[in-house]
Amino acid sequence: MKVLAAMSGGVDSAVAAARAVEAGHDVTGVHLALSKSPQSYRTGARGCCTIEDARDARRAADVLGIPFYVWDLAERFDEDVVQDFLAEYAAGRTPNPCLRCNERIKFTAVLDKALALGFDAVCTGHYARLVEGPDGVELHRAVDPGKDQSYVLGVLTAEQLRRALFPLGDTPKGEVRAEAARRGLQVAEKPDSHDICFIADGDTAGFLHRALDNVVGDAGGDIVDADGNKLGEHDGVYAFTVGQRRGLRIGTPAPDGRPRYVLDVSPATRTVTVGSAAQLDVLGLAGVRPRWCGSPPSEAIECSVQLRAHGEPVPAVVRLIGDELDVELRAPARGVAPGQAVVVYDGTRVVGSATIDRTRR
Amino acid sequence: MLPEAADAMCRHLVIAGNASSLHATGRSARRTVEESRETIAQALGARPSEVIFTSGGTEADNLAVKGMFWSRRAQDSRRTRILASAIEHHAVLDCVEWLATHQGAQPVWLDVDDEGRVHPETVRAAIDEDPDSVALVSVMWANNEVGTVQPVAEIARIAHEYGIPVHSDAVQAVGQVPVDFTASGLDALSFTGHKIGGPLGVGVLIAGRALNLTPVLHGGGQERDVRSGTLDTPAIVGLAAAVSIATAAQPELAADLALLRDDLVERVSAAVPEAILNGDRALSLDSRLPGNAHFSFPGCEGDALLMLLDARGVECSTGSACTAGVARPSHVLLAMGASEELARATLRFSLGHTSSKSDVDALLAVLPPAVERARRAGQVSARR
Repeated sequence: MKVLAAMSGGVDSAVAAARAVEAGHDVTGVHLALSKSPQSYRTGARGCCTIEDARDARRAADVLGIPFYVWDLAERFDEDVVQDFLAEYAAGRTPNPCLRCNERIKFTAVLDKALALGFDAVCTGHYARLVEGPDGVELHRAVDPGKDQSYVLGVLTAEQLRRALFPLGDTPKGEVRAEAARRGLQVAEKPDSHDICFIADGDTAGFLHRALDNVVGDAGGDIVDADGNKLGEHDGVYAFTVGQRRGLRIGTPAPDGRPRYVLDVSPATRTVTVGSAAQLDVLGLAGVRPRWCGSPPSEAIECSVQLRAHGEPVPAVVRLIGDELDVELRAPARGVAPGQAVVVYDGTRVVGSATIDRTRR
Repeated sequence: MLPEAADAMCRHLVIAGNASSLHATGRSARRTVEESRETIAQALGARPSEVIFTSGGTEADNLAVKGMFWSRRAQDSRRTRILASAIEHHAVLDCVEWLATHQGAQPVWLDVDDEGRVHPETVRAAIDEDPDSVALVSVMWANNEVGTVQPVAEIARIAHEYGIPVHSDAVQAVGQVPVDFTASGLDALSFTGHKIGGPLGVGVLIAGRALNLTPVLHGGGQERDVRSGTLDTPAIVGLAAAVSIATAAQPELAADLALLRDDLVERVSAAVPEAILNGDRALSLDSRLPGNAHFSFPGCEGDALLMLLDARGVECSTGSACTAGVARPSHVLLAMGASEELARATLRFSLGHTSSKSDVDALLAVLPPAVERARRAGQVSARR
């Protein structure tokens, strides 16, 4: 196969490309330039969009002896991922930009261009497995539970998965690093990237303030309890996400002395609602824009759902009602934020996904 | 590299000796350097004392532009304007920009026509706006992307009416078109080794004896007290060998390349009718580099085409890329009036002394399907 390997400059995508080469594919490396004004060097462990990362990717491609190019996707990334991220926060939801990037950049913009240029597949360093099932290709969790990234790939359709290669899904991360060293890849010891790649300093609240204050005005407002009683004030709703405990700075303790958590964030009224851990418990939810790895289920299915990146699977019953996904949780879940994805699993297999629209407590 | 240049270089790589030293091996190295200087001067119509060795074309351009600006302004503080063509190589472009940002220079970018040529009248008009404020003029001998040969002698003549010195980046010209420094009337001219079959990492600024240059590199003052740094004797020997061969072979090579290039242009235009030939359309030996063919392929991204052709063994170039490797629309095409889309849709095919008809055949075998595919990819990228 002619394979396009997306190479971020990190160890995972380098080893994934190496494995694609070793499997006998005709591999071309591509680094995606996603930032309009890249910094020269990585700071901390964030991101993959500095000039240093582009050089690391090129160096790895040279070691593998494959052609290497840089594709400029900064404009599409800004429109489809960064602006979407801001719009979601402005609407009081908590988006997952990695998932959006996989959906719209890596497996739409990049994949479509690759196919048009005569490639057969796009290879990435994601930790997930593709398994040939009775009804076609299936997406499964990686064997390394600490690194499993099937959640952020759960938005991909069967058509997109058919054109994907995830060579690392069967391997624990530690082995990938050892393999990189064995292959002479200089990135073997490079730290993992964390957090959001386009927020270089890791200060998400500050980033949102800078970007959104002009749009929706100073977002300071009240902190209230579930009954609407005012408990305190905050500087801006963007510093808060559902399930958050730290940084509330409420003077008076709760009557029961227990910690309080963010239950709801409403940018429209600039209100942050807080309550006890028990009040965080979500029993069900509705998801919009469902996507299925195969055909949509015709009836209710027993399954498990994952409600945020690195979240635990929760047993559930899901059914499609119209174009909405209804999820009834068998056990209460916490920290469920609208805007995040609900990814539906049958064992290790990803069945489909939707975007969480509202929750039931 | 030309075998003669490689041989000459290798012979000297194993000889120690600093041309600045006074002992026997130093004297021997100096003799070698000076003989090389004389060879180069003779081949390019200059005097030996006008040849300043540098680390390459970029350093030569930096020394010319910054050195002329600083010395001219030191003589008269009104001289802050730098007139340079809008299609200069980044080695000149970025020098001028840096002088503008940090040293109070005022860049005046000289317009080019749709074939990428600076008209002498454009230079005169720019000078006439305020002759006393012009520090220097810099116009390349031939453009590196579209191959248009500039009327540098005419430009030098006009500038000299006002007593203004002129520099020309001739990196693309030496070995491709006749280059005679004295006959051109220029005050400074840059070129580099690796473009003419010589070694990498060595170049020359030919600077007229009357020209004052403020140094960029300070130190031992080895080259005319204007450029410091121990001379790289082996590279200089290799450069001299390459210059003498390239200039001697130039008339015949140019005739051969032009024939081959004309064939390439004709066949590309026939195979891909919508392809747009950029640069001088007359394809004459006086007005275009003989080995240069440059096209825009509407609807295609240059880097996608390059990738497809590279995968099939054809090596060509797009415009320039930023530090991270992101392709940018060519500033040369933009200056020639092309849209941003066409300025991204370009490919340059360069022919050299090793190129043959079978190379052109090989290109034509793979180009039409590659263009077709790149156009589809372009449509996908544009569709939302």
